[in-house]
Amino acid sequence: MESNVILQAKNLTKIYGNNVIFKDISLDVNQGETIVIIGPSGTGKSTLLRCMNLLTKPNSGQVFLDGKEITCKDCNEDVVRQHIGMVFQNFLLFNHLTALDNVMVGLTRVKGMKKPQALEKAMHELSRVGLADRAGHYPGQLSGGQQQRVAIARALAMDPRMMLFDEPTSALDPELIGEVLNVMGQLARDRMTMVMVTHEMGFAREVADRIVFMEKGSIVEQGSPDELFNHPQHDRTREFLWKITELYGSKEKQKGGQ
Amino acid sequence: MNGFLDLFIRFLPDFMRGAGITLLLTFEGLAAGFILGLLSALGRTYGGTVWKWVSITYIELFRGTPLLVQLFLIYYGLPGLGVTFSREWAAFLALGLNSGAYQAEYLRGSILAIGDGQMTAGRAIGMSKWKTIIYIILPQALRLAIPAWANEPVSLLKSTAVVFLIAVPELMAKAKSMAAQTYNPIGSYIAVAIIYLAMVYLLDALLKWAERRSTIPGFEVEGKKA
Repeated sequence: MESNVILQAKNLTKIYGNNVIFKDISLDVNQGETIVIIGPSGTGKSTLLRCMNLLTKPNSGQVFLDGKEITCKDCNEDVVRQHIGMVFQNFLLFNHLTALDNVMVGLTRVKGMKKPQALEKAMHELSRVGLADRAGHYPGQLSGGQQQRVAIARALAMDPRMMLFDEPTSALDPELIGEVLNVMGQLARDRMTMVMVTHEMGFAREVADRIVFMEKGSIVEQGSPDELFNHPQHDRTREFLWKITELYGSKEKQKGGQ
Repeated sequence: MNGFLDLFIRFLPDFMRGAGITLLLTFEGLAAGFILGLLSALGRTYGGTVWKWVSITYIELFRGTPLLVQLFLIYYGLPGLGVTFSREWAAFLALGLNSGAYQAEYLRGSILAIGDGQMTAGRAIGMSKWKTIIYIILPQALRLAIPAWANEPVSLLKSTAVVFLIAVPELMAKAKSMAAQTYNPIGSYIAVAIIYLAMVYLLDALLKWAERRSTIPGFEVEGKKA
């Protein structure tokens, strides 16, 4: 793959009070690349994602989008976020709006698109995630999996340069995870640039171009799924993978038992 | 009983004029209070240091003192500082300022109940903080506020009765003059009590209707989930 860097995080450090979340982290995200960040909880994976679109301000370090710094003092973060879509663990759909309006609101209120065009675009995005027939439903009338797919459509509608996924399936019932992963897998095949935090190791192995293993606020190692899953270089990586495979295995067993 | 009915009918036109002024004061006070309440609820939640503290001071001062004291300060006190208001303006100001402080707290409660998540989601698609507040937070917070806020119009309607003390010719003032003219205080005050009751009942019905109209399918479920 040609390495055309879209987003570059440089020496990011985030500290809450006395608590160092992560220190001196650098990461380049290339065009069309799918990066999966894995690691134990509390290692700053989600905070790192949020620093990439400035929902959280890093204490030091810089972030560049298409070569332009976005962490500067007078950078317009609202403009930056239009270009970086984000999907959250708990969906965060706008509860007073229908699925269609959830997808449309960014087009009309942020991009200033005329209503007919916005409507057409929003319907297109909803069909992309397989929910055109749910356009008129409110979030409260949708299943978790459907809500998350609407959230993905909402982010995609802004035509972002890249997407961030923060544990997009962690709040879902097991039987609803598949439909969300399918949509994300399709995006990966369409070469959407993506950075995701997930515990779905099977999915990570399948779609990721690069796996990044984070622990205790730093990147321990990174590489292709094969390198990382089959030939981890560090004991800590091996230990984590062993633990999570055991967990995953026992989940499988439970499913079989039912 | 017949005597009461005769009296009631004789004074009905007068009562209606008084009730009209009562309703007018209620709606004016409610509207002014809503604007003040919304601004100070937003100030207290999202404002910078100055706006936040101005809001807190206003809310606490007007919730912490009797309406009658506020009314007398505005009507009898402010002229001492060279600021004079007509009775109607003094009544309007006192009711609006007082109601605003209460409405601020109702609205703030529901803004807080919406939570940070919706703000994060709005910001994530590139909305500014204020766009998110206007298009995402407030439409939800205002709906959520209705059941608690619905106490305010009723409470304000009844509170307007105190402005007869600065001789605004509203319903209570009419009752007082009827009592004086007919030497029948019990009849007079029962008559206006009935009219107040009828107005409160209508107002309640209106608010219930608005609450039903603004319901969003599944929205109440979300609150329980969170």
